[in-house]
Amino acid sequence: MTLAVPGADLVVDARGLVCPRPVVELARALPTVPVGAVLAVVADDPAAAGDVPAWCRLRQQEYVGPRTTPDGPAFLVRRLS
Amino acid sequence: MGVDVQRPWPPEPVPWQGRRVPHLQPAGSPSPPRGFLDAASGEPLHPAARAAFEAALDAGWADPGRLYGAARRARALLDGARESVARGLGCRADEVRFAASGTQAVHHGVAGLAAGRHRVGRHVVGSAVEHAAALHALAAATDAAAGPTLVPVDTLGRVDPAAFAAALRPDTALACLQSANHEVGTVQPVPAVAAACRAAGVPLLVDAAQSVGRAAVPADWSVLAASAHKWGGPPGVGVLAVRTGTRWRLPGPGPDPSDGRLPGFTDLPAALAAAVALEAVAAAAPAEDARLRALADRVRERVPATVPDVQVVGDPDDRLPHIVTFSCLYVDGEALITELDALGFAASSGSSCTSSTLEPSHVLVAMGAVSHGNVRVSLPRGVRADDVERFLAVLPEVVARVRDRLGVTGL
Repeated sequence: MTLAVPGADLVVDARGLVCPRPVVELARALPTVPVGAVLAVVADDPAAAGDVPAWCRLRQQEYVGPRTTPDGPAFLVRRLS
Repeated sequence: MGVDVQRPWPPEPVPWQGRRVPHLQPAGSPSPPRGFLDAASGEPLHPAARAAFEAALDAGWADPGRLYGAARRARALLDGARESVARGLGCRADEVRFAASGTQAVHHGVAGLAAGRHRVGRHVVGSAVEHAAALHALAAATDAAAGPTLVPVDTLGRVDPAAFAAALRPDTALACLQSANHEVGTVQPVPAVAAACRAAGVPLLVDAAQSVGRAAVPADWSVLAASAHKWGGPPGVGVLAVRTGTRWRLPGPGPDPSDGRLPGFTDLPAALAAAVALEAVAAAAPAEDARLRALADRVRERVPATVPDVQVVGDPDDRLPHIVTFSCLYVDGEALITELDALGFAASSGSSCTSSTLEPSHVLVAMGAVSHGNVRVSLPRGVRADDVERFLAVLPEVVARVRDRLGVTGL
């Protein structure tokens, strides 16, 4: 099943994965989208809400923010480099 | 805000002689187990505490409330322990009570302030990075629907005194602030927050569990809580100090013995051992803390130089001497701690996979730090420099091995 998150060019389904896997999937997927594109990580792991923005700060990517979707919490990241 | 709250450190030792109290013998220095790097969770018993504990088992078994010889000896030991701890905290002996743990001291401290000021209101304030014991106590003391006001921290884990002051309201019953953070070591601005609380007429509970015995504790508190096993005392001893004049009321059934105990038969040998350990570590503190600070600095410097993709968290300068915390990207904390344990190193982690609740550390989240792959190194007194060097030598391989297993090397 492909998840859709409004505003995201690519969605990574990290549901059921526990820390650090959602961030690992984010780090793997981000280079596959063009600079300026937005990627959404859908993750139900409670650590993702803090770890995705923390990773963005470390990696100088833009954390767009969290979204509530029918499939679970999503975290949006814009590729800056 | 320029209140002078620094006191001489270490405090003058209490003369035990002449009180039928076991003398503070030169009982040796702490010698923690090899590879033990989790002092912030609790230190092994200080040799001086062991000697005092054994002496007090014989001399302090009786009920200090009775009127015969053995009871008077027990009373003298309890009074001496109280006086000694009071000296270490910079308060009066009659302001000190022994509790059953640091957690109980925090719980009773918060609940007692809430009870004493229930007419003022039920609003309570704390920092977002308080110990779980304080967060639970604050939540229990206030309206469940509203919850406590938790003041955010910056990326170093420090509260802004102005933001803390702004959170105080006319119906604020109490405020709570740790002296320093237990996970990342950052020292909190207690003097400035205490000044704001005093100006607002709000009593401040300082959770000094990580600082007592290591650094001068700011004097400007209404209630102070501490935990003896953090300074080499035995487990099962907390300290609850309530300044004279504070509106604090014993929570739960009384009566309040008001003689250094909470209701119940105090573990007197343990309380005495705690007091003796505090004297011993306070006397050694300036030299030992400088040594530990240098070792912690070395960890702070070497870990990011030898392990790729590491975030060292907490204030590099204004911090406790013995705590260094870092997070390794793409690694789970449980795997790191387990691998380190297999190599003979004991450390702890704030990662969610290592917690009973599977929630990440609220401290790391509040700081905006990476919570996975987290390792807290906290150096026990007497740690050998060689153990720290061995830890630094194996860590890069340990992280690399875990990353290889997860297939995230070079990510």
